[in-house]
Amino acid sequence: MTTTSRSVISSGAERAGRRWSRRLAVLLLPLAVALPPGTADAEYADVVLNRLSEAADMAPVIFPHWFHRVRFRCKVCHSDSELGFKMRVGANPMDMQRLQEGEYCGACHNGQIAWGLENCELCHSGKMGLPTHIKGGHETSGPGRW
Amino acid sequence: MFRFASLVVAVLLLTVPLAQGQGNDPLSFNRLMPSPDTRNAPPAEDGIHDAASEGTHMLQTPREAFQPLPESNAGNYVDWVTALQEEHITPRFDLNDPTRRPTVMDLNIVREVKGSMPDVVFPHKEHTEWLDCSNCHPAIFIPQRGANQMSMAEIMLGEQCGACHGRVAFPVTDCRACHSRPKDGAQAAGGQ
Repeated sequence: MTTTSRSVISSGAERAGRRWSRRLAVLLLPLAVALPPGTADAEYADVVLNRLSEAADMAPVIFPHWFHRVRFRCKVCHSDSELGFKMRVGANPMDMQRLQEGEYCGACHNGQIAWGLENCELCHSGKMGLPTHIKGGHETSGPGRW
Repeated sequence: MFRFASLVVAVLLLTVPLAQGQGNDPLSFNRLMPSPDTRNAPPAEDGIHDAASEGTHMLQTPREAFQPLPESNAGNYVDWVTALQEEHITPRFDLNDPTRRPTVMDLNIVREVKGSMPDVVFPHKEHTEWLDCSNCHPAIFIPQRGANQMSMAEIMLGEQCGACHGRVAFPVTDCRACHSRPKDGAQAAGGQ
């Protein structure tokens, strides 16, 4: 008997909780729609690199995939035998020291194949505060992934 | 009473972004359907470059670069495979040797999929134009028939095909680009 009444009480509380969460959702939904997506207009596959930049008072790096794929096939940068970039944002431990030694971006950005590393602001041209990420296709910039 | 108040707030909040300079494009409220003239925005307007930085204004704009290239409906709105095949672009296959050509492998892999979607045809040809075997094998795909379990959920989370498709190659919203071989009638009706 007691168990039954307790379950009745708890289900009543649950109902009230659900009502409140529904009200909250109604209030929050337009907020989510109204917020600017931020990177909505960035070019597909643009990569923001901000593992070290901002901590060193530099703007984050923007890597435009499109610009590079016009000039090089994927394999040139993404092969272990050449530049060795892993196909995961954040998986490549780049820093200016390694770039100067000719690793990663430094293999081309040395004044020979592409502009040299002294042109800081051409790469470090991102907005402060952007997290390291890639602009993808199926994600909606909305509140959830799905 | 509360319900009415929350409704009023919701309507107000919804109408504010719609009223703010969205122009005459009826679809502009939908973030999934950017209007064609906002595509391939110059770096200073793309939301991630710092417009105040001098370097931002020295970069090439995608619109200018894509102007001679064949179009597509998603991603960069460029059909990269056709652009390469028709030699609108001639990207290098080797860092230092501009004359080196890829070893293209012309082999289609058909993957029969569950449900009523058409089967997937994977063309090695288009992929080996851009990539080396070692980019995919064996880390992403075990080069053996039946050894690779795949799902759209994993692909959307960036595994398997999703390592590139949805990141840099055409996104998974382009269903029929991969699901391109119709099942025969009996199979389709049985949902297998």
